[in-house]
Amino acid sequence: MTAFILRRSLQSLIVLFVMSLLVFGGVNMVGDPVDMLISPEADQMEIDRVIRDLGLDRPVTEQYWYFLVNAFKGELGRSFIFGEPALKLIIQRMPATMELALFSLLLAVVFGIPLGVYAGLKPEGKLSRTIMAGSILGFSMPTFWVGILLIMFFSVNLGWFPSTGRGETATYFGMTSSIFTADGLSHLFLPAFNLALFKLSSVIRLARAGTREVILQDYIKFARAKGVQESRVIRVHLLKNIMIPIVTVIGLEFGSLIAFSTVTETVFAWPGMGKLIIDSIYNLDRPIIVAYLMIIVLIFVTLNLVVDILYSFLDPRVRIKGAK
Amino acid sequence: MSSLIIGEVKMKFLRLLCIGLASVSFSLSAYAEDLRVGLKSEPSSIDPHYHNLGPNNGFSKHIFGALVGSDENQQHFPDLAVSWKPIDDTTWEFKLRQGVKWHDGSSFTADDVLFTVERAQNVPNSPSSFVTYLKGKTFSKVDDHTVHVKTAAPYPLMPNDLTTVKIISAKAGKDASTEDYNSGKATIGTGPYKFVEWVPGDRIVLTRNDSYYGKKAVFDNVIMKPIKSGPARISALLAGDVDFIDNVPPLDVARLKQDDKLQLSSGPSNRVIYLHMDQFREASPHVQAKDGGAIKNPLMDVRVRKAISHAINRDAIVARVMEGVAVKAGQLLPAGFHGVSEKMTPDAYDPDAAKKLMADAGYGDGFKMTVHGPNDRYINDAKIAEALAQMLTRVGIDASVETMPKSVYFKRASRGGPDKSPEFSFMVLGWGAGSGEASSPLKALLHTYDKSKGLGAANRGRHSDAAVDALIKKALATVDADARGKLLAEATEKAVGENYGVIPLHYQVNTWAAKSGYKYLPRTDEYTVVMGLSKD
Repeated sequence: MTAFILRRSLQSLIVLFVMSLLVFGGVNMVGDPVDMLISPEADQMEIDRVIRDLGLDRPVTEQYWYFLVNAFKGELGRSFIFGEPALKLIIQRMPATMELALFSLLLAVVFGIPLGVYAGLKPEGKLSRTIMAGSILGFSMPTFWVGILLIMFFSVNLGWFPSTGRGETATYFGMTSSIFTADGLSHLFLPAFNLALFKLSSVIRLARAGTREVILQDYIKFARAKGVQESRVIRVHLLKNIMIPIVTVIGLEFGSLIAFSTVTETVFAWPGMGKLIIDSIYNLDRPIIVAYLMIIVLIFVTLNLVVDILYSFLDPRVRIKGAK
Repeated sequence: MSSLIIGEVKMKFLRLLCIGLASVSFSLSAYAEDLRVGLKSEPSSIDPHYHNLGPNNGFSKHIFGALVGSDENQQHFPDLAVSWKPIDDTTWEFKLRQGVKWHDGSSFTADDVLFTVERAQNVPNSPSSFVTYLKGKTFSKVDDHTVHVKTAAPYPLMPNDLTTVKIISAKAGKDASTEDYNSGKATIGTGPYKFVEWVPGDRIVLTRNDSYYGKKAVFDNVIMKPIKSGPARISALLAGDVDFIDNVPPLDVARLKQDDKLQLSSGPSNRVIYLHMDQFREASPHVQAKDGGAIKNPLMDVRVRKAISHAINRDAIVARVMEGVAVKAGQLLPAGFHGVSEKMTPDAYDPDAAKKLMADAGYGDGFKMTVHGPNDRYINDAKIAEALAQMLTRVGIDASVETMPKSVYFKRASRGGPDKSPEFSFMVLGWGAGSGEASSPLKALLHTYDKSKGLGAANRGRHSDAAVDALIKKALATVDADARGKLLAEATEKAVGENYGVIPLHYQVNTWAAKSGYKYLPRTDEYTVVMGLSKD
């Protein structure tokens, strides 16, 4: 196991390095940040000063070298726009995005698996057909549009939930989060639901497909013949066997929930990392773009590793190579 | 004994009642006097000298004062200076307001002004500094409430420049970094609101400054929330999560006007949307003959530029593209600003005259051209470019459209070509006159490009006319306001009216919306400033 984790960590480092090269090269090809930053009334001397201050007068290779050297010291550059360390700005907004992603993942799993299993067990039922039709909608409706619709219906017309921003936060167990207050939860619900909709649909479909396949297996028939209670058949024999694809998808989707919550965060003015990255892309705040993508790569690499380890717990047949 | 107990119970009851009443009245007042604002753009810092940028400059007005105030029409009024005048050709005298207290209780003096001038030019990592407004000016203290400013040559725009620089406290600002302002440690101003906290991306909280020297703030607390997406900002207002929003998208203006729970205010801004045309290359990269062959750049001929102006149906752009939320333009600033011409009106839509002008210039068969524009910088910018292309096609110019994000556009428009020359031939742009005077666009857009002197800095068509240059130069050295205004108007009539150096399209109109009961005074500088919001 240790050898496996070590080898994977080394591979991850290489991935990070290649990624940094691609990202750094990529953002340096687009536009000129000085045009975004400077007042149009500034003269050439002032423009030259800004270019010098931001280090943009140096060749890209030299800029990249500085970036690497600083990255080893744990610094990922300073935001052009905010003038503060990029890493600090991202970390500052990470809790907001994390709680949004976790809460929507929770919604997706808690509602998705039971609905999917039900639809798999009774594929011809009216309710099952409704669930499946609903999941198609969840897949195909654009997040932005659904978000606005949710706001119009639940905030503007019914007034049940606030339409914008993050609620009050409280600190428990050293964690500051808005999930600990009623106000925070009411602010969280709509954006989390909006973000969860797509994942919910994929979990439903995966759970249904898995159930349909597993339910025909001999061991299920045998368990039933043996007189095992139906609820136990589903809980132990069925659920455990459909979990592998679901865990894979959830693991990877969690990464994309964090990385691509940008649309939801923009619609609901959620002060998370997604909103920061989208604003930074519009304004060519290169250090933040690079730092953000590095962090996201790191999250994906870690999640993949966690998923691989989880496999071995879920399915005894999966043995991690090198683990003895 | 029993009477004692009864007395005690009574006391308890009374006390409870008192607490109950107190809390009710407290919550009522808290409800009535707080304001929640939905902003399109959040300032990038609380430090008033860190970033010379619209949202920052607008926001810092709440906390800090300037020597010269600038009202909603960019007219000057006494703020931290009560009077100012030139005492000789190269010296301005500013008399400072007496008895002004900083938020920490200390007194405002000339030392604070001198400290500000020094610091504002030396903020580390500033992405756009205030050097532009301060360089070449030597400040000296005469007494605690008098400051002299010397320049090398006569400098009429002194008050205009000093509206932009917010005065900070020398005591609180000593050795303070931008982070200290963001955290509130150094954020001590003289303005109508005091700073409470900033959670980037989430909220900015302000509270009333009761010892403000001017008109007292209306609200006890102000909470500003950045809500970038237009529909989200509107729904937050409709849902009652905020009381006031800026940048209402034009598409929604008509519908929101019908809503009697809301109050809209619109006003033209100092931003003109205009066209720059390549006037410096015989062979312009994005202009060809109709068969695709090379031709001599027709945009160098003033008749062609005039034809283009007449080919544009400004009324249609305002009515259709801008949903009626814009004012058609015939010069660089709307009426009411200093230095605008009273004679100039927007060119009439006249395709026949345009075709005739084209024929006179020898381009009767027309030519091919690409219209370039941004798609996320000005209100409906990409749609404007498309409408323009259709109108030009009707007079024989086969126009195609290419729009791109501002992050790519401005670099290419300014220096995307060989030798860092402007890359495009025909482009849609906008200019906001920060100083509130016609000298700003004239100097930047129409003066001959001169990198060393910083003149014509945004002259992307490289229009050049010695007579115009001379008028601008003379105006910039004329301290007498009326005489300068006349010179600026004359320069505009020559550069825009006769030369068609640029073609103005329309002035942007900005719209704010508040829940009914509040009324906002629209600002020409596009700032969202809570002091402009009053209760009916």
